[in-house]
Amino acid sequence: MDTFLIERDMLWTAFSTTLTLAAISGAISLVLGTLIAALRVSPYAPLRALATAYTEFLRNTPLTIVFFFYVFVTPSMGFTFDYKVAAVIALSCYTSAFVAEAVRSGINSVTVGQAEAARSLGMSFSQNLSIVVLPQAFRTAIPPLISVFIALVKNTSVAGAFGVFELFALSKRLTNVYSADVIAILVGVALCYLLLCIPLGQLAGHLERKVAFAR
Amino acid sequence: MSKPLNRRLFLTGTLGSAAAVALAACGGGEEEPTVAEVDTADFPEGSTMAALAEAGTLTIGTKFDQPLFGQAGPDGNPVGFDVEIGKIIAGALGIAAGDIKWSETVSANREPFIENGQVDIVVATYTINDTRKEVVDFAGPYYEAGQALMVLIDNEDITGEDSLAGKKVASVEGSTPAQYILDNHPDSELVSFDTYSNCVTALINGQVDVVTTDNVILAGFVAADEENLKLVNDGETFTTEPYGVGLAKGDDDFRTFLNDTLQAAYDDGTWAKAWEDTAGVVLPTPEPPAIDRY
Repeated sequence: MDTFLIERDMLWTAFSTTLTLAAISGAISLVLGTLIAALRVSPYAPLRALATAYTEFLRNTPLTIVFFFYVFVTPSMGFTFDYKVAAVIALSCYTSAFVAEAVRSGINSVTVGQAEAARSLGMSFSQNLSIVVLPQAFRTAIPPLISVFIALVKNTSVAGAFGVFELFALSKRLTNVYSADVIAILVGVALCYLLLCIPLGQLAGHLERKVAFAR
Repeated sequence: MSKPLNRRLFLTGTLGSAAAVALAACGGGEEEPTVAEVDTADFPEGSTMAALAEAGTLTIGTKFDQPLFGQAGPDGNPVGFDVEIGKIIAGALGIAAGDIKWSETVSANREPFIENGQVDIVVATYTINDTRKEVVDFAGPYYEAGQALMVLIDNEDITGEDSLAGKKVASVEGSTPAQYILDNHPDSELVSFDTYSNCVTALINGQVDVVTTDNVILAGFVAADEENLKLVNDGETFTTEPYGVGLAKGDDDFRTFLNDTLQAAYDDGTWAKAWEDTAGVVLPTPEPPAIDRY
């Protein structure tokens, strides 16, 4: 573990990059995913089709290919992003498909009577969704959403292969220089991921208790 | 080739490669290095050479993804300069090229494979250095590579190692050339990817200014795309990477034998021929490096 003490500046850079990637992509994909889920239950068929196509396309494509697209294909078409920006876009697109499915499962768990009651009160589709359905949907969607975000934290490691210096790239760089210390370095990097993911799980438990239905 | 038809259909792939080997063997050694007539009694009793010659087979670790040095084709058999060196060594032990077992070694598993005895020798663009000498021994070097720079064909402002300041330099994360840039050129920006092909894509896209690694790897990419890529100063190198044959630590008799075999290949021209048939297609034939009998 001496390696990490010697290279603590580099470790901090890598750790904070992983954290930043996960936090920004997480926030964007939560908003985008909720929007996609809303489109998927909208009364207008083309919007439903669009949202379905988006979800199915991104959910069933390997993340490396999504990265490859934003890092190499779009620049060849004239849209060049910074590597970190490209990573955030790739991670957000990919994760939002999973968020959309988690939120949709939450929406489906809200009984039809709720939406019908809201409609009979004269609420529009967007009011119905935002005031009545989604608040209830998120309660049931919290456990799957947290799983999605934990997966996101680990998926940031793919960015290490595409020009971003984060924890996974750090492990490769350090194992090359300190080749006698490979196992300690990999264990250390795994601990860093645990440090990010375990609190997320704790948060999930806390949120679940806080918003539990008083039945 | 007189197998029942159903088995033949079922094993087409295996038979295909077996046929290729058989054909090569029938070729009368025109392509393959000559196999010495070896009597096992020629080797000291109990030596590694005697054991290998007796067994009639040699397991060699090499790279399967390194153009010009060790690259496996669709049939799974590697070709390249490292592979030819392996065949020369096998030939000196009286083992035909067809009896060599090729085992893929990547950079990270070369030492473990030698230490655990999973391979007899490693010929895999394996740079000799002191850290590695603590766990394995090296014969050779049989080639000296060096770090070089590759740019787009119309690039004029990168003229060498000294003009990297402020430039975006691509290499593979966790490789020695990438570390060299970090240590010696902190004023340039290292952009690291997972494979060299991704580095080249970024270069073609204009996302980085230069790709750096060993000259022999870059030469393979230039050969594949001469219209867009070139080596800076015709492949001028600024580090030295002596490639050696890795073997188990402490087996001094075997190391002496390997060094003698390489020296003989230098002297009788088989080394130069092996080079010209493989990497020599795109790189000039160098003088063989002096063997380091440490």
